[in-house]
Amino acid sequence: MFDFGVVTSWIHAQLTSVMPEGLAVFLECVAIGVCLLLLYVVIAIIMIYMERKVCAAFQCRLGPQRVGKWGSLQVFCDVFKMLTKEIIIIRHSDKFLYNLAPYIVILASVMAFACIPINKGMEILDFNVGILFFMAASSIGVVGILLAGWSSNNKFSLIGAMRSGAQMISYELSIGLSILTIVVLTDTMQFSEIVMRQADGWFIFKGHIPAVIAFIIYLIAGNAEVNRGPFDLPEAESELTAGYHTEYSGMHFGLFYVAEFVNLFIISSIAATVFLGGWMPLHIPGLDGFNAVMDAIPGFIWFFAKALFVVWLLMWIKWTFPRLRIDQILTLEWKYLVPIGLLNLLLMVVVVVFKLHF
Amino acid sequence: MEITLDLIVFIVLALFIVVSAVLAVTTKRILRAATYLLFVLFGTAGIYFQLNYSFLGAVQLLVYAGGMTVLYVFSILLTSSEGDQAEKLKPGKMVAGLVSSLAALGICLFVMLKHQFLPSSFEHGELAMRTIGHALMSTGKDGYVLPFEVISILLLACIVGGLMIARKR
Repeated sequence: MFDFGVVTSWIHAQLTSVMPEGLAVFLECVAIGVCLLLLYVVIAIIMIYMERKVCAAFQCRLGPQRVGKWGSLQVFCDVFKMLTKEIIIIRHSDKFLYNLAPYIVILASVMAFACIPINKGMEILDFNVGILFFMAASSIGVVGILLAGWSSNNKFSLIGAMRSGAQMISYELSIGLSILTIVVLTDTMQFSEIVMRQADGWFIFKGHIPAVIAFIIYLIAGNAEVNRGPFDLPEAESELTAGYHTEYSGMHFGLFYVAEFVNLFIISSIAATVFLGGWMPLHIPGLDGFNAVMDAIPGFIWFFAKALFVVWLLMWIKWTFPRLRIDQILTLEWKYLVPIGLLNLLLMVVVVVFKLHF
Repeated sequence: MEITLDLIVFIVLALFIVVSAVLAVTTKRILRAATYLLFVLFGTAGIYFQLNYSFLGAVQLLVYAGGMTVLYVFSILLTSSEGDQAEKLKPGKMVAGLVSSLAALGICLFVMLKHQFLPSSFEHGELAMRTIGHALMSTGKDGYVLPFEVISILLLACIVGGLMIARKR
């Protein structure tokens, strides 16, 4: 396996040889921040293109075709169009909060994005309470959405924001419970360590029944957490025009849009990391030749393949099922998913205590 | 005193916290006050992260920023009409507030300047998750299992009370 830590430690050694430690660390932080934001934008563009193509395929259409080969430059054109559009200022709105809200949403999204381990030695935030930090970071986005809905002085935006808040707060519980199930199995919360423990089999195989249940709960709750169909009530076009971002234009709308798509990627890549092994190749204990062949494929290709596979699963769900009502969404969470999640956690504890896992 | 990166980061965080805290109490609109409070909580979490106590920092973000502030914003959205502004303070109240805050400042300064702080020993590396877990759940000398359980009973009582108020008759 290629260890990206070699590259980072080489850069650190080169920098510290010509300048003091503090300045070197500062420069590295700036460089990593720039790389992180660039990766964020690139992933957003890939996700938007994929969404349009996958949606088209499920609806028996072709999707974007005109700009570039297979319409591949369409999203870049859309980004530039969005950048040049005017940012409208709404009268009688709270201008400070109105302008601040998209940035809170983006901040939460970037902080959660920084937790994801992409390759061996290529993780930015790797605390030993990594999972707790990831959940904390992703829970901040709700504040931005509520502020956006309130400050745009529009009752439909406000209703959208309230729905979104209620939905996201509820479904965070299920996400937490299903990830905790895996934490019980691994006894660590550090993302890099979680990936390393999957060297002899991914957790969805090692944890068998409870892990599969947790994976399914995580997919449902993750879909609801990022406000995508069938849980896209906050922006139900037929009732609320566009929900909490109705009044936003230009790049402020663009920030919400980008954050939504990257949040989908974040949810999928956490699913890939926690359940499907992250950048760890498929290893079958005993078959050394097979494992060696799998090791030849670089880690980040494994990671992106798994993450995009989960993204594709979620898009399939989105374009297949009709939208739920708000009471149905909350019933599903509080009366079904949370009790099942709690029982599943108990089942996993029993499995771990009696060593029934592989 | 030499200027290190740690010191600069601390000064930036401290200024951020102080400015947001002052803005939180001087602004007239209640939702803006809640937002400035969110910034104060972010800054505090930042200081915890700087001290390498990532567990407390993450809990600060999860409970205060992601939980309490959302609750505040939610209840403000549900109760107050928009354009709601705080009324002007009467001179009497202003004087009382000024006196009490000065008194609080005095007490804080007195305690901080009189107290003999232990020499700061900066430990590199994070506290192990296992240590925190054992401390939270142990019944021994430095165990926190009693407060932990008391808090869970308190929260249960809050849930039951909320259901009592909200149920259909």
